[in-house]
Amino acid sequence: MTASTPPIGAPNDDVSATAAHSATGGLVKSVVALDRVVIRLAGDSGDGMQLTGNRFTSETAAFGNDLSTLPNFPAEIRAPTGTLPGVSSFQLHFADHDIMTPGDAPDVLVAMNPAALKSNLSDLPGGGLLILDSDEFTPRNLAKVGYATNPLDDGSLQAWQTVPVPLTSMTLDALADSGLGKKEAERSKNMFTLGLLSWMYHRPTEGTIRFLERTFRRKPEIAAANIAAFRAGYNYGDTTEAFAVSYEIKPAPMAAGTYRNISGNQALALGIVAAGQRSGLPIFLGAYPITPASDILHELSKHKAFGIRTFQAEDEIAGIGAALGASFGGALGVTTTSGPGVALKAETIGLAVMTELPLLIVDVQRGGPSTGLPTKTEQSDLLQAMFGRNGEAPLPVIAPRSPGDCFDAAIEAVRIALTYRTPVMLLSDGYLANGAEPWAVPETASLPDLTGTVGFATGPNAASTDGTPEFHPYQRDPETLARAWAVPGTAGLQHRIGGLEKADGNGNISYDPANHDFMVRTRQAKIDGIAASIGPTDVEDPDGDATVAVIGWGSTYGPIGAACRRIRASGRKIAQIHLRHINPFPADLGEVLARYDRVVCPEMNLGQLALLLRAKFLVDVQSHTQVSGMPFRSAELAAVIQDAIDTTSTPAVPAGAAANGALQ
Amino acid sequence: MTTLDAHVHDLGMPGNPISTAVADSVALAGEKKTDLKAKDLKTDQEVRWCPGCGDYVILNAVQSFLPSLGIAREDMVIVSGIGCSSRFPYYMNTYGMHSIHGRAPAIATGLAASRPDLSVWVVTGDGDSLSIGGNHLIHALRRNVNMTILLFNNRIYGLTKGQYSPTSEVGKVTKSTPMGSIDAPFNPISLALGADATFVGRAMDSDRKGLTDVLRQAAEHQGTSLVEIYQNCNIFNDGAFELLKDPHTGTQWSIPLEQGKPLVFGPEGAACVVKDDFGGLRIAETNQVDADDIVVHDATRENPAYAFALSRLSSQDLRYTPMGVFRSVSKPTYDGMMTEQLDTAKVQQTADLNALLGGGETWTVGD
Repeated sequence: MTASTPPIGAPNDDVSATAAHSATGGLVKSVVALDRVVIRLAGDSGDGMQLTGNRFTSETAAFGNDLSTLPNFPAEIRAPTGTLPGVSSFQLHFADHDIMTPGDAPDVLVAMNPAALKSNLSDLPGGGLLILDSDEFTPRNLAKVGYATNPLDDGSLQAWQTVPVPLTSMTLDALADSGLGKKEAERSKNMFTLGLLSWMYHRPTEGTIRFLERTFRRKPEIAAANIAAFRAGYNYGDTTEAFAVSYEIKPAPMAAGTYRNISGNQALALGIVAAGQRSGLPIFLGAYPITPASDILHELSKHKAFGIRTFQAEDEIAGIGAALGASFGGALGVTTTSGPGVALKAETIGLAVMTELPLLIVDVQRGGPSTGLPTKTEQSDLLQAMFGRNGEAPLPVIAPRSPGDCFDAAIEAVRIALTYRTPVMLLSDGYLANGAEPWAVPETASLPDLTGTVGFATGPNAASTDGTPEFHPYQRDPETLARAWAVPGTAGLQHRIGGLEKADGNGNISYDPANHDFMVRTRQAKIDGIAASIGPTDVEDPDGDATVAVIGWGSTYGPIGAACRRIRASGRKIAQIHLRHINPFPADLGEVLARYDRVVCPEMNLGQLALLLRAKFLVDVQSHTQVSGMPFRSAELAAVIQDAIDTTSTPAVPAGAAANGALQ
Repeated sequence: MTTLDAHVHDLGMPGNPISTAVADSVALAGEKKTDLKAKDLKTDQEVRWCPGCGDYVILNAVQSFLPSLGIAREDMVIVSGIGCSSRFPYYMNTYGMHSIHGRAPAIATGLAASRPDLSVWVVTGDGDSLSIGGNHLIHALRRNVNMTILLFNNRIYGLTKGQYSPTSEVGKVTKSTPMGSIDAPFNPISLALGADATFVGRAMDSDRKGLTDVLRQAAEHQGTSLVEIYQNCNIFNDGAFELLKDPHTGTQWSIPLEQGKPLVFGPEGAACVVKDDFGGLRIAETNQVDADDIVVHDATRENPAYAFALSRLSSQDLRYTPMGVFRSVSKPTYDGMMTEQLDTAKVQQTADLNALLGGGETWTVGD
């Protein structure tokens, strides 16, 4: 520790005064300005927390705050009501400035029942605002989760600003004349809660009212009840003495443009549509439903007008098989899945490597191994993506860094697949897939033009020994090493491909030892050569002289970035490298890493990227890992990075330099 | 489907299932030649099946009959899995993919569904399609994707050198079953009919006329056709179908299926097929039943129960084996319906990428 270095804590991301929530005490409602707030809504799976969270997110996006979300829900569709396994939550971080994560810990926790309180309270820092549905704290519900006494009465919640609100009974009162039965009316309590929060944080309400009218247009009485509950919640906030303060978080400055709120799966699907349009190839998606990737299948199924064919296959293997068959026919084959599905697809991916056809494989990673944690996030499929096949079967691996970035990553993956005639693995994860952020809608014309990457063969490209023109399917482009792609229907170019080793050039079956050695090396060289098209390593080091670098990939970009801001705010220096391309790495990555005294690599696995970096560059990477199914907290990462910085001593004369000097 | 189709055509937007990129490159390659000869379908690859293998006969039959379909060879694609039969694509001068074990129907589904202009064929064996690829086979059949599946059934694993297969008879002694196999075999025809396959036929490798006849009907059928071809493996299961091939016993135990004709067979037509008391079929002696009670073969019956009952007449040792077309019914094809949905979507919405990206709730930040 250097004594002069100030402690971490800065006016930046993830660091804001929750004390701003303390009530002013007067009956006159006051408005407090905040720079950022993290709200967590927690309730039973049946309470509609995800819907409530998404609506609050939409209101917040429309208001112009920057935001980041973290939905967290059980794999069970509906666990028994009121139990701990049935708790579903939604965390939203919104601010008047650019933020990178959904927040380490909530400032506000809304708990719709005792189970939600029990499973979330430990995350709420002392002094945080705790809003509870007091109607749900019945002896029966308390017993379900093992509360011996009622936390509302036993003094155990004194460390927080606890506000019990009879959300259920007030919703029922508000809907007394709606004609709905008690059970149905009760369902609107999430909208009552949303109304209260909308008042508390000055959210616009028109969007939610329009949404409810649209969603229930065939059931006007339900629409009316939900709108009534929403308004009642808003008015309750406005008039009750329980909440004396409301909060204002000004819009965040953003670059000019049109924005929408987008989740990673949505962005990925739109990226695939865009890649199809920009390449001129029809998209064929072969997929089998799997959490958390199914939303990509759902989204693409809506866009048939763009010529997109979606095929819900009988299994994961058929999903990729059909996609590869479509690629053979001149479509852009795509398959979307999660880790267990990738395991099943492995043999077909090998066939795609051998047949050298373009194919996009999307792995929305989740907790593993085996069925693991279907609804939680993890980055543990990297080595599966890299090496999970028999034989030497290299393929490009790329990863998006944020929900909106899934759009660009999809287009980049397609560029590589088409240019190099190769399967490409795109590694998203559950956090990116379900998380959302504001996304600047791009102009179509500004997107990469991929038409030049297609280039179907239309005539012979070689000659037989007697000079007859022939088509050789494994004749390669000298620059990219991509093989010629002739689609069925093209006269004179009939050829056969398959999983057996191919002779260089003519593509006939070959068991020749020298040919096999050559082809194995050529397939590897083709993938390695992609590095020439991806540009140098992007290093974010505002000071330019950091001695410690932190390197990551995929969805850890937000937490790592937020941690770097804290580090810099504390007066330390840190370089951040975040990889989009993991295979191949940027050509200069080894040199870049060698510049730093220490390289820290946080990952949501047991050190898979660290393993690759060590193997490839002989860099003594310091691996920092977490496999909890949840994203990193930036404060924890900041502590790790700070420790790395503070314990890295830079000798005045590096050992290597001294040795060299002695030799001269 | 007809209504939907008519609707699309009324609006003057007939479905064009092929992408512009593919259509352009196909056009650049020049004119299609459809008056082919058998030799036009041969490749320069040396055929590497064992001498005497039934696969040679099937290859010759296919190469001889395919030109009569009037399809250009570049419009034909043969997809295979793994096994002896799956080497087939290498010997056909068409487009082809020798894929991985059991997956050919899945790969062919993607190809046929995205390129309805092609004639897609799957060549597979009993191990490939009924063991490792059983799932893909039944799903292809129920979907009715437009393709023709040739299932070479030799009732043995040949390429892995002689283990019993899912069609081997119970008690089969092989390297992996020295005391005899103990699992009951699939009847591929029954299996296909259980999946509601729209075209199901059976033929013998050495019966050029019968094989060609079934293949032609299968190729002309719209939807998934399955043709089980009894194929002799002279190395590991020689004589498996001798009972049916032998001129004397063959007549006795084969039941030729001829559309519109009474199911009478055996020497001098001594045996016939009649209804049993339980909704199925049974064998009877022709001179013991009324002529009106003899079942008249009709492969176009909508209910697959009749064809299924036919498939159940044969026993594991191949006595009473119906040969020919069991079922041939017309249903909408998967690829056809997929294309119609795309056409309908194109009428209902404009494919405007800017509108799509900027869809939903948006807000604008000024300079």
